[in-house]
Amino acid sequence: MLLSRALLKRHSVLPGFDLALGFTLLYLSFVVLVPLSAAFLKTFTMTWPAFWSAVSAPRVIASYRLTFGASFAAALANAVFGLIVCWVLVRYEFPARRFVDALVDLPFALPTAVAGIALTALYSGNGWIGQWLPFKVSFTPVGVWVALTFIGLPFVVRTLQPVLEDLQKEVEEASAILGASRWQTFARVILPTLTPALLTGFALAFARALGEYGSVIFIAGNLPMVSEITPLLIITKLEQFDVPGATAIAVVMLVAAFAMLLAINALQAWTRSRQGR
Amino acid sequence: MSDGTPALPAVAARQGSMGGAAAGRSPAAPVVQAPRRVSDATTEPAWVRRLLIAVALAFLTVFLFVPLAAVFVEALRKGVDVYLAAISEPDAISAIKLTLLAAAISVPLNLAFGIAAAWSIAKFDFRGKNLLLTFIDLPFSVSPVIAGLIFVLVFGLQGWLGEWLRDHDLKIIFALPGIVIATIFITFPFIARELIPLMQAQGTEQEEAARVLGAGGWQIFRRITLPNVKWALLYGVILCNARAMGEFGAVSVVSGHIRGQTNTMPLHIEILYNEYQFAAAFAVASLLAGLALVTLALKYFVERRVAASGLAATGARR
Repeated sequence: MLLSRALLKRHSVLPGFDLALGFTLLYLSFVVLVPLSAAFLKTFTMTWPAFWSAVSAPRVIASYRLTFGASFAAALANAVFGLIVCWVLVRYEFPARRFVDALVDLPFALPTAVAGIALTALYSGNGWIGQWLPFKVSFTPVGVWVALTFIGLPFVVRTLQPVLEDLQKEVEEASAILGASRWQTFARVILPTLTPALLTGFALAFARALGEYGSVIFIAGNLPMVSEITPLLIITKLEQFDVPGATAIAVVMLVAAFAMLLAINALQAWTRSRQGR
Repeated sequence: MSDGTPALPAVAARQGSMGGAAAGRSPAAPVVQAPRRVSDATTEPAWVRRLLIAVALAFLTVFLFVPLAAVFVEALRKGVDVYLAAISEPDAISAIKLTLLAAAISVPLNLAFGIAAAWSIAKFDFRGKNLLLTFIDLPFSVSPVIAGLIFVLVFGLQGWLGEWLRDHDLKIIFALPGIVIATIFITFPFIARELIPLMQAQGTEQEEAARVLGAGGWQIFRRITLPNVKWALLYGVILCNARAMGEFGAVSVVSGHIRGQTNTMPLHIEILYNEYQFAAAFAVASLLAGLALVTLALKYFVERRVAASGLAATGARR
């Protein structure tokens, strides 16, 4: 009764609001909110110099550079190729299109450790793909990029797909009738409509890549200062029983993740306003 | 449809394919054929089309198809006997059992949460709804490693409840409860996120009519709401289960890697791989890859069902 009186904007004849919302809030608090707050409360027990030296040690800075850099590069690759893949899936007919469409979600469903060992085997010096490449991929930052590209692949395709499907063909016809070339129509009419969704997909892929662990650690080689990602550094600190140090780095990554969440929220609001929903 | 919150791309795609199936793909709709015939102005030259298809397929081949195929090829590289031995040795069996047990506990709990959250969010209008939706999405943006860490901070020896747990001889971290709770955290939003957009789109008229006609809450849910969302619910459960069984980072932090006791399948794969038992590692991995393929196949099937039944239920609105 309490919840419905305090929160409901208008009366509903449907039952179960108090029970459903009460359970939702209780479960959410115990599973997510209270444990997450533990990370922040733990760092408040640290002194500022201790916190600062934990999050700004050279090895930690190198790991940020790799994690953010490789995540950005992977999200960029996914934005470019995701746009092409999505365009081809929505606009063209080719054999096995539906099969390919269904398989795009594979990185969502395939456990990260499985993806990790498969990519490592492929890109190592004598692997199926690695043996044809003139440079090393496994156990270098390039390997980190490969794993993060795999992980982020579905995000751009799946955010763009509904927008591209809803695109009005008439607008393109009008553009063509008014004398625009096909490329001009794409660059000036289609691409601007897709931009919010493209940026959302990019941000989702980037955010996912920042926290990724399982698929990266096998292929990265994990050399300190070279190919060591930040999530791995958190685990290393934990294994050395440096819980405050691990938590301090985790808080930095959490703040980055929450900033991305806000950015994604804003981008999605933009996408919807563009679509006029 | 969902107000002010990041939707899972999977969800966004499904909404899209619901609309898209009606607008662009159904062979019955004349819209499909029309652009084909007047195509010159609104499509690309044939060589551009072929080039784009080739680029897209090449990218997907290198990053998706080949890695997937590699799992099965590597698993069978040393023959069927080695494969069968790898998935039937005692440590593998205990890892499979632990993975199944952890999923069997965490998926039903998240199912109960998902239904409760979707019922309150989709069927009622209340203050703070957008904030609640953002909180439900939080686990998506938290690194799995950090998800494991926060439970160490709560239940670990130096954590909030550490001493109390030790005094009462309860083990959470480095034991099954820790694995379960970390799995719950990681898979927390999946079922809720599948149900909320669909139930919001379906509105409340049918439930309200049932209420006015004298149905009780449980009757309304079982006879009206559940049949309307059953396919989305099924897919949510399947996806949640796949993620629960495959979770690596969070479980790795809280499990302690005790062979034969707290090793789940992904952790077992890691150990085998690091011991250079590649064929065995890929053998166990192939089981999880098979699960992923089953998940995708069911998703494909469920999406077609949702597109068929969802359009009937939400047809008036679109």
